[in-house]
Amino acid sequence: MQLTLEFGGGLELLCDSEKIHKVNVDLPNGVQELTMKDLLSWVRTNVIKERPEMFIKGDTVRPGVLVLVNDCDWELSGQLETTIEDKDVIVFISTLHGG
Amino acid sequence: MERGEAKSKKAGGPPRLCCICNEKRPVLKRPKTLQQICRECFYEVFEEEIHQAIVNNGLFKSGERVAIGASGGKDSTVLAYVLSELNRRHSYGLDLFLLSIDEGITGYRDDSLETVKRNELQYGLPLQILSYKDLYGWTMDDIVKMIGLKNNCTFCGVFRRQALDRGAALLKVDKLVTGHNADDIAETVLLNILRGDIARLSRCTSITTGEDGPIPRCKPFKYTYEKEIVIYPFAVSNPHHTYAYFKKLDYFSTECIYSPNAYRGFAREFIKDLERLRPRAILDIIKSGEDFRIATTTKMPEQGTCERCGYISSQKWCKACVLLDGLNRGLPKMGIGRARGGGVNGGDHKKETKAGSTVKTLETKQCGSLDF
Repeated sequence: MQLTLEFGGGLELLCDSEKIHKVNVDLPNGVQELTMKDLLSWVRTNVIKERPEMFIKGDTVRPGVLVLVNDCDWELSGQLETTIEDKDVIVFISTLHGG
Repeated sequence: MERGEAKSKKAGGPPRLCCICNEKRPVLKRPKTLQQICRECFYEVFEEEIHQAIVNNGLFKSGERVAIGASGGKDSTVLAYVLSELNRRHSYGLDLFLLSIDEGITGYRDDSLETVKRNELQYGLPLQILSYKDLYGWTMDDIVKMIGLKNNCTFCGVFRRQALDRGAALLKVDKLVTGHNADDIAETVLLNILRGDIARLSRCTSITTGEDGPIPRCKPFKYTYEKEIVIYPFAVSNPHHTYAYFKKLDYFSTECIYSPNAYRGFAREFIKDLERLRPRAILDIIKSGEDFRIATTTKMPEQGTCERCGYISSQKWCKACVLLDGLNRGLPKMGIGRARGGGVNGGDHKKETKAGSTVKTLETKQCGSLDF
């Protein structure tokens, strides 16, 4: 499925300083739906080019990283269990920097 | 924020409505209250809470000249925007300025200053920039070349605090505001506990500090969660404005290249982990900090003035003078850690300058000349 990923708050530095990534994600074998959990793993492998620990901690994003799915806080849609559909826009923003 | 309006992203259960208006789709779960809230209600309540913090704590008086400590980062950019908006909407009658400090960090501060210059144009607020080079004769890049990557944040923090006060004095402002948010203050409470810094612990939760000093400073975001400050630019909109920046407030976000080693980073990680488990913890830590009472038997340092420059200090020399003296004499460890044997405040004056060190001889400008 076609997705748009946006990285902000400094996270873009982990992806060659590109803020917006238009990507094509294939569903893992035998899986009906793509969840955020799957997507995170995919992003870590395919988009993050350095220092993955700034983006991911264990199964989920590093504390301090906000995730918006179609401009909506992922805490409202079940965080890792949020289902992702074709043409969705997912934004990752880090809050861990000076203001 | 119309994308995916019709899609419900919840993993099971019916789509919910905003807790406040009961009409629109929620876009955020507020850490402060765990409420599910829509975009419009969010920025209304965000702005209203800050207005209440300002009014309930008597942060400003009409006619005051107020300098906003502006780094170009998310907190100060949102602060500049919200404060000028509230000033207009509620007629605070404030004369607002942007004040930026250039520490001389290539690839970081020079870029973020570009953002502040854009903010100056975008918000119509006059901007003043002061540099460490002008004030102290050293840029952070120079300092790091001399001392390496440990303790450089100590120098920067001490110099910046003084720089803001000096800048404010130069601009003849009545008050300084900074964008420190609830997360920052909770981190500071923890840091001061970890370091046993009782004096700072007793001051760090005050929304206004330095009222007895040259320039009082206040933190309107004291009760505002960092998460909300980050999300706010995505939510804000104003039918009267047509600037393109409006949907996404223009701010700069890169980690200071020297910061990964800062001790505060550990407190920050901890706070973020805590927030995940129990979001209320951040405000509760601040409350604990506010309610700490120092045992009457504890001796507290007295506040006097620095012998060398006149700035506020609890020691003979203020921290900035001690650090600068160390730098200028090629003894950069002076002033780092507890004063035991070395330096003016410690007692033992027998120190030799390292042979062959490049020593800068520019002295700190006398604060006395700025009428502290």
